Amino acid sequence: MTAAKVNRIATGPRTGVRFGDLLRLGLFGLRTRPTRVLLSALGIAIGIAAMVAVVGLGSSSRAQLTGVLDRLGTNVLAVSPGKSLTGDTIPLPATAVGQVGRVPGVLESAGTGLVVGAHVYRTDKIPTLQTKGLDVRAAFGDLPGVLRARFVSGGWLREPGPSEAATAGSFGSPSEVVLGHGAATALGIDRVTGAERVWIGGSWWSVVGILEPLTLAPDLDSSAFVPVAAATSRLGFDGAPTQISARADPERLDGVRTLLPRAANPAVEAGATVSRPSDALEAQRASEASFTGLLLGLGLVALLVGGIGVANTMVITVLERRAEIGVRRALGARRRNIRDQFLIESLLLALLGGACGVVLGAVVTVIFAVAQGWPPTVPVWAVAGGLGSTVVIGGLSGIYPASRAASVPPTSALAAA
Amino acid sequence: MNGPVLDLRQISKSYGDTRVLHSIDLTVTAGEMLAIVGPSGSGKSTMLNIMGTLDRPTSGSLSVAGHSVDHLSDDGLAELRALHIGFVFQHFHLAAGATAVENVADGLLYSGVERAERRRRAAEALERVGLSHRLTHRPPMLSGGEKQRVAIARAIVRNPSVLLADEPTGALDSASGANVLAVLRELNADGTTVVVITHDRDLAGALPRSVRMLDGHLSPAPLEPTGLPR
Repeated sequence: MTAAKVNRIATGPRTGVRFGDLLRLGLFGLRTRPTRVLLSALGIAIGIAAMVAVVGLGSSSRAQLTGVLDRLGTNVLAVSPGKSLTGDTIPLPATAVGQVGRVPGVLESAGTGLVVGAHVYRTDKIPTLQTKGLDVRAAFGDLPGVLRARFVSGGWLREPGPSEAATAGSFGSPSEVVLGHGAATALGIDRVTGAERVWIGGSWWSVVGILEPLTLAPDLDSSAFVPVAAATSRLGFDGAPTQISARADPERLDGVRTLLPRAANPAVEAGATVSRPSDALEAQRASEASFTGLLLGLGLVALLVGGIGVANTMVITVLERRAEIGVRRALGARRRNIRDQFLIESLLLALLGGACGVVLGAVVTVIFAVAQGWPPTVPVWAVAGGLGSTVVIGGLSGIYPASRAASVPPTSALAAA
Repeated sequence: MNGPVLDLRQISKSYGDTRVLHSIDLTVTAGEMLAIVGPSGSGKSTMLNIMGTLDRPTSGSLSVAGHSVDHLSDDGLAELRALHIGFVFQHFHLAAGATAVENVADGLLYSGVERAERRRRAAEALERVGLSHRLTHRPPMLSGGEKQRVAIARAIVRNPSVLLADEPTGALDSASGANVLAVLRELNADGTTVVVITHDRDLAGALPRSVRMLDGHLSPAPLEPTGLPR
């Protein structure tokens, strides 16, 4: 035909099909095929749940690390003995902890010295070779204070009186011991009542405290801490600290860092090395973020598969409902009414799966985070992103089937019945 | 009103090289009840599709309710169907999951009528076909005759200018068929123009006017009834 086609026969506005009616048609279409709808919604739900859970768990874990970093601070520096050119350890002088404490910008310092050859046993009946890998360290200063460590039970080694301090040169009553978390677990001691004793270097020591895990110095967890004076007199401690922790003014951290090796061991060039334990936690936090990115990509693949499932379901639905399409065209439906009906049905199908997936992902996140002791965090952007991507998926998977439905000639649609 | 509701002039239809309709002239005036009768393959279904604007003729011109169809776009045809043409199919084509009143209300879905008004008019239409006691029944709970009456209600709920019924009794037993035919007669008596397409000569003979189709030609000769009127 060469003449322009006329779109209207009546005058006045043509209202067309209302959105509410399309929504009702879409829901009705889904309701009549519940099994197929549930199965294809499940595909979307798994994809969305995977994405929400990955993001949620990553956020929960990072929130936990951030909380730990906020509590512990990132201004603790660890000083350890340096190595000579031949690879031998250069011992720190006995005065190193005090010297580090006097560096301008250092707020507080503490340290420990490994007591070579000393081990801790639950009783005097344990064979000496069964050390369980636990060692004994002499404690210089308020180590838990510097590391912001908490106690499972009890407290730190007692502050010595003036007379004791004069003779001992450090603090702590001679027969007291504090257990690191790993050491306490290995020895089977979970609280301090005053009656717990352990066997170190051929005599009994009374347990006055049990530490929680030391996040900033995890290698100290399997140690028993004793006062320096007692370690020297009863265990033959050589007096050299093997590890020093210093909390610095955050503003002057870099300056302090360059001064510390010299202060710890003034006699020897490169006689001490300095590290920042919180760097490891920061790195962990950063790596969690990149890992989340990777898993998010995998979730996206699952979502894509779900979307193809929806498209497949809709294509089959259109084939099955050719008669319905024909009847609707006979009742006066325009092509776009048919297209909109199937598009909305596809969107609803995807959205149903998406909503279930968001709930599922959030539940998984909460359960897993609580089990890990993390603060459960489901970011709003993950929920919005999950639902938003189902709308995109539903729309994309619906376009082809819907336009196919719209292009079915009414006569062939009716003939198919 | 006695103007032509359907006016077919020199309508031909071909599918590829196969010619299905040969230069058909037919006029149906308002208030008429007409049967188009013919064996299968005679082209009567193609006639129905063209009269119902579901398909376009290869040549010739058609007007429905005074509107020339030749220059209407696809959307224009849809609007014409929504406002002027009601269809009844042999196999009812009802939505199994929807109640009778919902099925009938669907007949107004594309006419821009509010939902509450659609339901009210659907209930009225069901009353006209004698199913006011079956409003909330779903098709699987209805007999074949009742289903066809629901389908008729869906077709007349818009007060179409013409009702096109394709083998309306073809899937029914004789008692139900007679019942459905009675409903169609009543509607015609109330002023609805009805065109019935059928292969059943008895049915055709029972209607006031019938034309015969054979091999794509409309027979000018009147049809001789071969059986008793129903």
